[in-house]
Amino acid sequence: MLRLAPVLVIALLTLPVVAGLTMIVLPAFGYLPALGGETVSLAPWRELLDQPGLGRSAALSLASGLVTPAVALAAVVLFLAAGQSGRLARSVRRLVSPLLAVPHAALGFGLAFLIAPSGLAMRLVSPWLTGAEQPPDALIVNDPLGLSLMAGLILKEIPFLLLMSLAALERLQPEKRVEIARSLGYAPTLGWLKTVLPALYPLIRLPLYAVIAYATANVDMALILGPALPPTLAVSILEWFNDPDLSQRFMASAAAVLQLGVTLVALAIWWLGERLVTRLLRPWLTGGGRRRGEATLRVIGRAGLAGASLTAVAALAGLVLFSFAGFWRFPDALPQTLTLDHWRRFTPMLGEALVNTAGIALAATLLATLLVLAVLENEHRRNIKPWRALWLLYAPLLVPQIAFLFGLVVAAESAGIGPNLGLVIAGHLLFVLPYVYLSLAEAYRRLDPRWLEIARTLGVSRNAAFWRVRLPLLAAPLATAFAVGLAISIGQYLPTRLLGAGRVETVTTEAVALASGGNRRLISVWALVQAALPLVGFTLAATLPGRLGAAKHTTQTVKEDATLG
Amino acid sequence: MTEPYRRRSLATAGLLAMLSLPAFAAAPAAPDPDDWRAVLKRAEGQTVYWNAWGGDSRVNRYVDWVAGQMQARFGVNVEHVKLEDTGSAVARVLAEKQAGNDEDGSIDAIWLNGENFAAMRESGLLFGPFAESLPHFALTNPADNPEVATDFTLPVDGFESPWGRAQITFYYDSDAPGFSADQAPPGSMHELLGWARENPGRFTYPRIPDFTGSTFLKQALIELTDSAEALYAPVTESDFDSVTAPLWDYLDALHPTLWREGRSFPASGPRLRTLMSDGELSLAFSFYPTDAAVAVKEYQLPPSVRSYVFDGGTLGNVHFVAIPYNAPHKAGAMALANFLLSPDAQARKQSLDVWGDRTVLDLTRLSEDDRALFRTQNDSPALPPPGALANTLAEPHPSWTGALQDAWLKRYGVN
Repeated sequence: MLRLAPVLVIALLTLPVVAGLTMIVLPAFGYLPALGGETVSLAPWRELLDQPGLGRSAALSLASGLVTPAVALAAVVLFLAAGQSGRLARSVRRLVSPLLAVPHAALGFGLAFLIAPSGLAMRLVSPWLTGAEQPPDALIVNDPLGLSLMAGLILKEIPFLLLMSLAALERLQPEKRVEIARSLGYAPTLGWLKTVLPALYPLIRLPLYAVIAYATANVDMALILGPALPPTLAVSILEWFNDPDLSQRFMASAAAVLQLGVTLVALAIWWLGERLVTRLLRPWLTGGGRRRGEATLRVIGRAGLAGASLTAVAALAGLVLFSFAGFWRFPDALPQTLTLDHWRRFTPMLGEALVNTAGIALAATLLATLLVLAVLENEHRRNIKPWRALWLLYAPLLVPQIAFLFGLVVAAESAGIGPNLGLVIAGHLLFVLPYVYLSLAEAYRRLDPRWLEIARTLGVSRNAAFWRVRLPLLAAPLATAFAVGLAISIGQYLPTRLLGAGRVETVTTEAVALASGGNRRLISVWALVQAALPLVGFTLAATLPGRLGAAKHTTQTVKEDATLG
Repeated sequence: MTEPYRRRSLATAGLLAMLSLPAFAAAPAAPDPDDWRAVLKRAEGQTVYWNAWGGDSRVNRYVDWVAGQMQARFGVNVEHVKLEDTGSAVARVLAEKQAGNDEDGSIDAIWLNGENFAAMRESGLLFGPFAESLPHFALTNPADNPEVATDFTLPVDGFESPWGRAQITFYYDSDAPGFSADQAPPGSMHELLGWARENPGRFTYPRIPDFTGSTFLKQALIELTDSAEALYAPVTESDFDSVTAPLWDYLDALHPTLWREGRSFPASGPRLRTLMSDGELSLAFSFYPTDAAVAVKEYQLPPSVRSYVFDGGTLGNVHFVAIPYNAPHKAGAMALANFLLSPDAQARKQSLDVWGDRTVLDLTRLSEDDRALFRTQNDSPALPPPGALANTLAEPHPSWTGALQDAWLKRYGVN
């Protein structure tokens, strides 16, 4: 049974992607019998290339796919290098999980309101400082270069990369490395960069690739913060897929294939960049420089992440204000009146959505965790190295959703699987499982095998050792992985919407539907609820393992039991 | 609020030719709309998945009320599938057809009109005719109100049932600079240009292909072109460039005076309202005459907002409910469409406290008691003045929308 686990998991994750892509590639080359497309042709591509601004759209997607991870990575690495002592570092770390829990769209709305010419920041300094009674006519949000979009993505990806890095660091014993570097005369930040980073980077490479793929193809944030003339490629694709003129489906499919290409090119450029940077940095790494740049790097490391966290918090504060706001005229820094109306009006609609959201998230995460544990335990029992093909697990993260989900719907229909809750859960599993694997695999493989050996010598069966020794010892990483899984599931929009044909109502589908109505007060209420849900998961993850007595206690009992038995 | 049932467009040439094809056969077990008693009997116990734009909490609450009534009166369970874009429901039906699912689709009823209707009809994705068999349909008095049987110049032929009415309505902040008691707001496209020149950056329209933005283009074209009659035939039958030349001249002049100097446009109709709310615009428009009044009630717009319609009238249309060809619960969907046309449901929908969407019924056809239902007082100062909506311009042929969108994107789509 366990032996089949890796094959099963890879099949579960890659087959839907392949099926979905197939159903997109066929119409991209003119084959879609339902619309009379029965021959293969390049017409959809010709039509696509004719679209005004297509090149810019693609370039925007590519640029945001490279700038976003680069800036987010730099901010996280410098922050970690600048040292973890001090109150600032501690409070930033405390913010990581809550910020990770905030959905992209919610942060997007908050940021847009923060930085717009009529936004919160401008209101705070008007009119006393700026003299503005009317907001200035400046193009900040939706700027043509996509800078505000990239800023939003960076704010959202920093917590993710930070969490992934912190998890990976536990294995690297950074304190010891820095200690040795310091004893050789290196300043602490430089010492960290030269001794820890080279070991850390390979461990966070996959999460980074997921960030790149996401940044090239995301729709949620691009709709809110991205440029308008033309929009990013992913936004255009969504518009074409939803166009009433059904013949646009051919071109939309071709564009989805192009999107996959753009994402792959971004990944390839990054990969080449890795090689280049490694080569360029070698002299610096081994040159023996011990102090140069220390102070600057330290300041950037601290200020960068503190600034990013502050911005995100301010963006969320705007949402909170709006969820209670009566009319709020520019340039007032606060709403003229506060009201509970928005919250009151939405609570009756909340019930079903909440139950569905929680049910789907729990089911998908539970399934994902069980499957990941099966894969890892199989490795352990058969004492084999991680299977190389396991990188295929990341296929759903690396292939843009927009490139295969529309096709997946057709594939499911063709297989006679109508929209239902099970299909939605399976769809969520595609995205939850890779993240659970990312969060859990390292800790699992790292666990000192001697614990289990001791248990076995005391006569405990393999299965019992797994349940009573390994799982309790892994309580903390398991809880984190579970919380990450819940957060990923709760944030899913397209899979829920498309695979459930809209019948499965979650907090996120409600929020997106309402967002199309532009009532910022209601959007704020939903966005806050949407953010609060995963936060519950993270809080439980942070406190439960400790509560349950975690590792030491339980193993103690295990040992006692064993002796007594 | 926006006109949700219609998102973007591009109904291509040859549409009329396609429409003249014989209506496809309904699924074998489809109920006969003319035997209404049998329809209601079959409807009982069915669950109708009604796909309707879900971007407005007022609409959503109204749909909730409808669902409750349908359960209580007919034993039909109505589930509101909240769309962010009606096109996605059209795409769903198409995907089902593509996969050969001709009988057990996931959608029983769709709120739509215009290009979405044209596209679905053209691709054989709709069930019908059924609308004229609905008992309440006669209350719309189609003989005197042809707009309930015509959708963007196309004959409805009973493939969708009317539900409500929309008309472009402008609204402005009477406290903003650029408006004063002795100065009327711009009453035509030409006056709008003059106003925008004096108040740069304080007006804009949604980015094409958004449907509210596209409607603005059509309104401008109707007013500016010398050959407005050409707009009511397929675009292929006229010289597009010469008919639309005055529109592009106008927009070339207007764009530098717009919000962000026309270098960016808001994404949708609702975004216009948000910009008004933030004080970034002084003048905006909506497809719902009651939109501004509702927004004032909900704290989104200042109480100083006033609504009006251009002197020469503005574009208006009717929105409908249709049933996909593969809907598994057609009887339930027909019962729903009929209930939506009842005086009860129509009066409630029109009330400003509920939604504020205007009725499609001909009040002269109603009994005295039913007529009284519509007489509730809507006295918000943000409503358009009485009689303002008397002058409604008809929607051009749907093929114009797509052609205008393409031409706009070629000219202004890349800044």
